[in-house]
Amino acid sequence: MADMLRWIGQAVIYAGMALWLGHFANRPVYTHLPPEQALIKLSVVHGAQRKGECRKRTQEELDAMNPNMRTPYDCPRERLPIAIQVLLDGEVIYDRSIIAAGLARGGSTRAYERFAVASGRHELVARMVDSARTEGYDFERAATIELSPGENFVIDFRAESGGFLFNGKSVTYTPQG
Amino acid sequence: MSFVKRVLRMAFSWLEAGLDRIFTPACNPLYHLGALGFLYYWVVAATGIYLFIFFDTGITEAYGSIDSITYEQWYLGGVMRSLHRYASDGMVAIMMVHMLREFSLDRYRGARWFTWFTGLPVLWMVFAAGISGYWMVWDMLAQYIAIATTEWLDWLPIVGGTIARNFLNPARLDDRFFTLMVFMHIFVPLFLLFVLWIHLQRLTRPVINPPRLLAGGTLLMLLVLSVVKPAESQPPANLDLVPSQIGLDWFYLPAYPLMDMLGNGMVWGLVAFGTLLFVVLPWLPPLRRAAEKAAVVDLANCNGCTRCAEDCPYAAIEMGRRTDGRPFDRQAVVSTDLCVACGICVGSCPTAMPFRRASELIPGIDLPETPIRELRDRVHEAAEGLAGDTRIMVFGCAHGYDASALAGPGVAALRIPCIGMLPPAFIDYVLSRHLAEGVVLAGCSEGECHNRHGVRWTVDRLARARDPMLRKRVPRERIETVWAPLAEGWTHRRRIADFAARLRRLAAEEAAGGPGKAAE
Repeated sequence: MADMLRWIGQAVIYAGMALWLGHFANRPVYTHLPPEQALIKLSVVHGAQRKGECRKRTQEELDAMNPNMRTPYDCPRERLPIAIQVLLDGEVIYDRSIIAAGLARGGSTRAYERFAVASGRHELVARMVDSARTEGYDFERAATIELSPGENFVIDFRAESGGFLFNGKSVTYTPQG
Repeated sequence: MSFVKRVLRMAFSWLEAGLDRIFTPACNPLYHLGALGFLYYWVVAATGIYLFIFFDTGITEAYGSIDSITYEQWYLGGVMRSLHRYASDGMVAIMMVHMLREFSLDRYRGARWFTWFTGLPVLWMVFAAGISGYWMVWDMLAQYIAIATTEWLDWLPIVGGTIARNFLNPARLDDRFFTLMVFMHIFVPLFLLFVLWIHLQRLTRPVINPPRLLAGGTLLMLLVLSVVKPAESQPPANLDLVPSQIGLDWFYLPAYPLMDMLGNGMVWGLVAFGTLLFVVLPWLPPLRRAAEKAAVVDLANCNGCTRCAEDCPYAAIEMGRRTDGRPFDRQAVVSTDLCVACGICVGSCPTAMPFRRASELIPGIDLPETPIRELRDRVHEAAEGLAGDTRIMVFGCAHGYDASALAGPGVAALRIPCIGMLPPAFIDYVLSRHLAEGVVLAGCSEGECHNRHGVRWTVDRLARARDPMLRKRVPRERIETVWAPLAEGWTHRRRIADFAARLRRLAAEEAAGGPGKAAE
C-alpha cells in the first residue's frame, strides 16, 4: 500500500513537472504589439558632411609625404551632427540631433527608433540636415501611407538613392516642390 | 540576505521531506538537481544531433525543414523536436532551482566560491544556446527574438547600432546570419560541457548521473509530454509584419517583455546588476574565516595513510612528499583555499582515538576551531549531566536539525560540523566507558549530506565497509541513526523516544540475563 501511494505520488509529481514545462514553454501569450496597431521603424546610418572644409595640399607638401600617403586633399576627420525629424500627421514624433560615432566623431551617424502607431492612413514626413546649413533640409521626403494592422513600415535612408526610402505596403510619395 | 536564505532553506527542507517520502531519499530529485541537469543536457544534445541532420540552413529553408521534421516524421523527428524543447526548458528550470537551493544551503561562500562562480558562465551559456535555438526556426517567435536581441545589443555604444538593420525588411536579410546562429547553437553547448567540467573541478566524486529510477521517470515524463503536446512552430517569419501575439517560452525568454516595458538600457542594467550580485555574493557579509577554520595536519601524528584525502568531499587534501623525516612515504597536505572545515577528514583519521591516554589527544588532522580533544571533553561534560537508566548521547550535524533542541531528561546533545567528523571510535568510547546507554547519530537526509559525503561515509564506517570501521565489539542495538531533512524535527524526537524505549527493553533483558546481556 505504501509502495502504491509512493508510485502515485511520483506520477503526480512528474505530471506536475510536465504541466509546468508544457504550459510555460509557450504560454501565456505575450502581446508585443496590439493587433490594431502598426510599427514605423526609423533606421538611419549615414556619414554627415565634414565639419571643416577640405584643403588641397600643395606640391611641396605632397613631396614631403611618403608616396603611399599622398592624398591630394587634407580633410578634417570630424563630421557634423545630423538632425533628423519625423512628422506623422503633422505631429513631430522624432526630432533629434545625433553626433557621429567614434572618438574623433569621424564615423557614421546612427539612428534607430520604433513607433507603435494606429493602423490606417497617415501623412508621413522625414527630414534630415547633414550639413552646416541653418535653414531648410538636405533631405526631405513626404508620403501618404496606408498602414495595415501589424505592418512593419520602415523609414530607411540611402544618400545614394536620394535620401529617405519608405518601405511599406502602400506608399504614395508627395511630389517635392 | 540571511532572512531570505533562512526562508528558502526551510521551504526546501519541507519539500525535501515530502519528496523523501514519495521518491525515497535515494531518488529524491532535489538531491540530484545537478545530475538531472546533466540528464537534460544529454537529451538536448542527442535530440539536437538528430534534428541537425534534417535541418536546412537558410532564410526560406529553415522553417520548411523544421516543419517537415515536425509533421512528416512526427513519430520520430517530431518527438525529437519536442524532447529537444522540453528538455531545454527542464534544464533551465532545474538550473534555477539548483542555484536557489545551493544559495539556501550556504554552499556558495568560503572554499565553495569557485563552484558558485563557475555556475555563472553555465547560466549564460544555457540561455545563449536556448535563444539561438529558437532563432533557428525562423518563425514569428524567432523574428521577434532576432529583432529584440539585436536591438538590445545595438543599445551598447560599442556595438554601433547597426545589427538590427539586418532585419529591417526581407531584402536585407542574409543567410549568413543563420550560419552564425547554427555555429552558436552548436559551439556554445559544446563549450558548455567544458565549463561544466570546470564547474565540478573542486568536488570529489561528483554525481553527474541521476539514479536510474529517477532518470527513467524523467525521460518517461519528457516522452509523454512530447507526444501529448508536441512542440510546434509559430507562423513563418515575415519581416513585412510585426509579431503581435507571441507564444513565448517563459523559461528562456522572460527578459524580452521587459525590454518592451522597461527599455533596453534598463534591461542591460538589470542583467549587469544580477551578474555582479551573483559574482560578489560569496564575498558579501557575513564572511567566513576560511583560513582560520581549515583543517590542520599534525605531522607527529600523521602516518600518511591517505584516508583523509580519500574521504574529503572537496579535494582539499593531497598526499605530499614527507617533510619531517619520519619513516613514512607521504603526508597529508591541506589546501586552505579548498577546505570547508567539515571535519570529515578528522572522522577518517585513525589517530582520532578518544581512548588515547599516553599522549595528548591530537590526531593527524584536526579542525582548529572544533578540535577532537575538545569534543572528547564535551562528551564527558555532557555525560556528567545525564541521569537515568537510558542515557542517550546525540551527535548532531550542525547543518541538520538543531541537535540542542533534542536535549532533555536523559538525552545529551552535541553539535559537530558534520556527522562525518565523528570517528567511529567515539561511539565505542561512549558505550564502553558507560558514558551513555545509547548513541544517536543525527545528520542530514540520507539522500544528501550538506557536506556531500558525511552521511555516506558514516553509514559505511558503521557497516564496517569503510575505514575507520566501527569495532565489532560495539553493540549495534545501542546505536541509532537519524538521517532526516532539517524540517523534520519531529522525526528526530520520535526516533529518539523509540530508541529510549528500546534501550529500556534491553536493560530489562539484561537484568533478566537475556539477549542484551549477550551483546556486552
